[in-house]
Amino acid sequence: MTAIGDPITRVDGHAKVTGKAKYAAEFAVPHLTYAVMVTSTIGSGRILSMGTSDAQHAPGVLTVMTPANAPKLPQGGKAAVHPPAGRVLSLLQDNLVHYNNQPIAVVVAETLNQALYASSLVTVRYQRENPHLNFEGGFATAHPGSHGKDPADKSIGNLEQGMAEGEVKVDQVYTTPLENHNPMEPHVTIAEWEGEKLTLHDATQYISGVKQTVAKSFGIPDENVRVLCPYTGGGFGCKGSTWSHVLLAAMAAKVVQRPVKLVLERPQMFGPVGGRPRTHQHVVLAAKRDGTLTAMQHDVHSHTSEIEDFTEPSSSVTRTLYACPAIKTSQRLVPLSLATPTFQRAPGESTGTFALEIAMDELAYKLNMDPIQLRLKNYAEKDPIENKPFSSKHLRECYEQGAARFGWAKRNPAPRSMKRGHDLIGWGMATATYPANRSSASVNVQFEPNGRVTVTCGSQDLGTGTYTIMAQVAAATLKLPIELVNAELGDSAMPKSPVSGGSQTAASVTPAVQAAAKQAQLALFALAAADKDSLFHEVAPQDLDFENGKVVRKGKSGGEDFKELLARNGNKPIGATASAEPEQDSEQYSKHSFGAVFAEVSVDESLGMPHVQRVVGVYDVGTLLNEKTGKSQLIGGIVWGVSLALHEEAHIDNASGRIVNNNLAEYHVPVNADIGEIEVFALNFPDTKFNPLGARGIGEIGITGAGAAIANAIYHATGKRIRSAPITPDMLLT
Amino acid sequence: MQPFEYQRPQNAQEAVNGVDAAHAKFLAGGTNLIDLMKQQVELPTRLIDIKRLELAKIEEMPGGGLRLGALATNADTAGHTLVRQRYPMLAQAILAGASPQLRNMATNGGNLLQRTRCYYFYDPAYEHCNKRKPGSGCAAIEGFNRIHAILGTSTACIATHPSDMCVALAALGARVRVQGKGGERVIEFADFHRLPGRTPEIDTNLRADELILSIDLPAGPYAAHSAYVKVRDRASYAFALVSAAAALELDNGTIRSARLALGGVAHKPWRSDRAEAMLAGKPASQQSYVVAANAALEGAKPFEHNAFKVEMAKATIVRAFSLAAAGGDKA
Repeated sequence: MTAIGDPITRVDGHAKVTGKAKYAAEFAVPHLTYAVMVTSTIGSGRILSMGTSDAQHAPGVLTVMTPANAPKLPQGGKAAVHPPAGRVLSLLQDNLVHYNNQPIAVVVAETLNQALYASSLVTVRYQRENPHLNFEGGFATAHPGSHGKDPADKSIGNLEQGMAEGEVKVDQVYTTPLENHNPMEPHVTIAEWEGEKLTLHDATQYISGVKQTVAKSFGIPDENVRVLCPYTGGGFGCKGSTWSHVLLAAMAAKVVQRPVKLVLERPQMFGPVGGRPRTHQHVVLAAKRDGTLTAMQHDVHSHTSEIEDFTEPSSSVTRTLYACPAIKTSQRLVPLSLATPTFQRAPGESTGTFALEIAMDELAYKLNMDPIQLRLKNYAEKDPIENKPFSSKHLRECYEQGAARFGWAKRNPAPRSMKRGHDLIGWGMATATYPANRSSASVNVQFEPNGRVTVTCGSQDLGTGTYTIMAQVAAATLKLPIELVNAELGDSAMPKSPVSGGSQTAASVTPAVQAAAKQAQLALFALAAADKDSLFHEVAPQDLDFENGKVVRKGKSGGEDFKELLARNGNKPIGATASAEPEQDSEQYSKHSFGAVFAEVSVDESLGMPHVQRVVGVYDVGTLLNEKTGKSQLIGGIVWGVSLALHEEAHIDNASGRIVNNNLAEYHVPVNADIGEIEVFALNFPDTKFNPLGARGIGEIGITGAGAAIANAIYHATGKRIRSAPITPDMLLT
Repeated sequence: MQPFEYQRPQNAQEAVNGVDAAHAKFLAGGTNLIDLMKQQVELPTRLIDIKRLELAKIEEMPGGGLRLGALATNADTAGHTLVRQRYPMLAQAILAGASPQLRNMATNGGNLLQRTRCYYFYDPAYEHCNKRKPGSGCAAIEGFNRIHAILGTSTACIATHPSDMCVALAALGARVRVQGKGGERVIEFADFHRLPGRTPEIDTNLRADELILSIDLPAGPYAAHSAYVKVRDRASYAFALVSAAAALELDNGTIRSARLALGGVAHKPWRSDRAEAMLAGKPASQQSYVVAANAALEGAKPFEHNAFKVEMAKATIVRAFSLAAAGGDKA
């Protein structure tokens, strides 16, 4: 029997390692053609003319689509633009260049190599403008930036008074760089028209979002578009939006009247599909000598593009994490000649905890207080700004258990107090937090004549384990072994589900799985009751139960195999579709996950090289649906925290606005050798005010806090307080 | 990728004869060339696949030296017992480079011919690169130059040579045996790679028709006291910010002779004769290494984003000599 929480191995694991799992680019579509995007090489300006004749005449070329000849779309290609995630795209509807690496043409050929070669023959004459790249210089004219329901400014209490009451202050600026997601699988779209009907194989986190955006952009009914994505090779936020290439592939397919496959080249992953914007975060903390916070201020500037606003809501953490009578937060945007940024794993909380949780460490040192004690002293029993109770909060236990598992009690707080050979050793900690999000989702559960159960949802699996928990929750609800359950997802024709973003898939989909399984079970009971040959003819459903594939009378043994029941009744599947909505009273609560993360970092004192030796994270994420895939998510998040702290940064060339390290050799993310021991624990307190299974999402919380814990450990090791990520060897040289 | 012709010659002479056509390139491991072809940086019209030529042996030479075949893979070279016994610093340097997958493919000859990882060279979207487009200027000098050179630069180019292996080979005083149409010749390692000067498009002194046959290592007194130390932004699969190959011949606490080469600081593996000369006859002490390190970096000229490399290189040299003196523990 399968239970919620069991550490079940991914049900799609075998298919993945044997190559049977088909990713979007791998579908063999007959008569397929290959498209390559040509992108701009200037940061700002206008295309005066394009030389396409050589490309047009190169072997195998079917079309070179440019602003001069691309199909015209309704409303200049902006029909689907609805913030926050209806993006302003580059669809060859005008001659403007807003950033370097912007799509400006598409070459379609019989083979990929032909398209690639021909794309190199396209020449462009530009009228150049100077790209706006001065981030700090734009602060004076920055404008407010909201993020979803979060307003640009949020405050409580009297900041001036709170600051005046503070006896100890930290007043510092923290910065994080532009980052680009770079999942292993690049963005890819295969577009195929059949008359006015369009089928897309798309690497996405949101099949129904792609469907809507594409339909609106072309001005065709939603039902004319079908989007398929059974497997997504990593998303991390960049595949949450429908970007230009999706529509460009569909436009090109219209032009050549054949299916078109468009795969982004790796350098094209640096711009046209978003990234995490730069942040500049001014944090002021004021506290009494006993550690009580009297005021907190967190003013964030982040960059956006010149065509669209996107806010990295870093101050969100200061809005929820600590009890404080006076809090002031603000979000401001500086438009630059760069691509529009987007959601990247824990947008806001990842960068925000880097600032706030280093500031808290600085405050603890100024107060000569243990950093955990400081956090407990200011423990928020309710949401400090919203003034609502938390649906469930066990952060105190995270600190306690984390400290115990890490061995925090043995820490001498003095910087440079631990050495090992050439290395200085430091221990640091930080708080992790991420909101609990949930949306409406629908699921179908069906008993099949072959004795199996199918659970279907138009959701996505980014490699996170959606297939597995869908099957697991269906199996647990129906008291079946998971081996008898098939999970299916990734088709926009399936019951609708939200974007796999904001860590909401598990929390949204599994209640619908549970509801649909129960309704399907009732349908089965009704079938038995109506069947004269059934053991349970005319038995009321409340007297029946379902166990191990059999309908049984409650409390009795024996029973009837559902397969036999179906066989006698036309050998047809029977099931039900059900939706699950966020709990009705859930708005009364502030809903967040929490955690405490502890890091040990060594720093080679004379060479400056840091290494994360070990990390311990203890998380309060509600019910852990699957211990194995769940912990895997948390560990993966921490690995990205290492990346944020030590490695990752897209460097901009100031003359051209182009990202210089636009490849995986020079854009550094950690390799295995950078990752020490990582241990994660989940407290497993169900949050049933949030969702009937008590489960909050876990995809993003792992990255939060981890960067600050590492930076704090580096301070403890070296006495150097680095407030700018990533922390690289040159910053740590003695 | 630009269309190209493909040939597979039977022997070295045939291979050398095949390079007659303009824009022909030898293909061995392909780990760098194929990348650059995909990037439209290298545009050969003919590839001469030499991978199956009989040049993959690692053999002893008379007098205790070792001959590394040009087509022996980096992985096989680093793992070879005689390499590890006689030139442990070379094995360390190779293993500090790239990734296991790349080292399994990459050959020794190809390692010498790697091209720079300068961003502005690697991406044809930039107009100004004298190495890629002679006479077009250098975008790196005024651009983002954190990974660039601080020694031996010119107003035309500030790129670095990316190899780790070559740094150890420079320190060990290897010789490169090559074959051209006119026959064989030997190039001293110090003369193999060039400084950029006014012709940064020319990386080496290998002539257009020449094929590397082997890299010959002389017998030396350095096996017991050598080390390769690499400072980089992540623990693997990252090019050196700076690296140092250091070796000592010790006589009872006194340095009889020393070898030092640096990576990540110049257009070629940077051997410092000056530092070597200063160490001869000095005690094997931290103080001596610091003096040598200062000497090695004399005349260093950093740019906007790489000033740190001067002090980092000095610290790396001191660490490498300290490790070498202690018996060459791995860094």
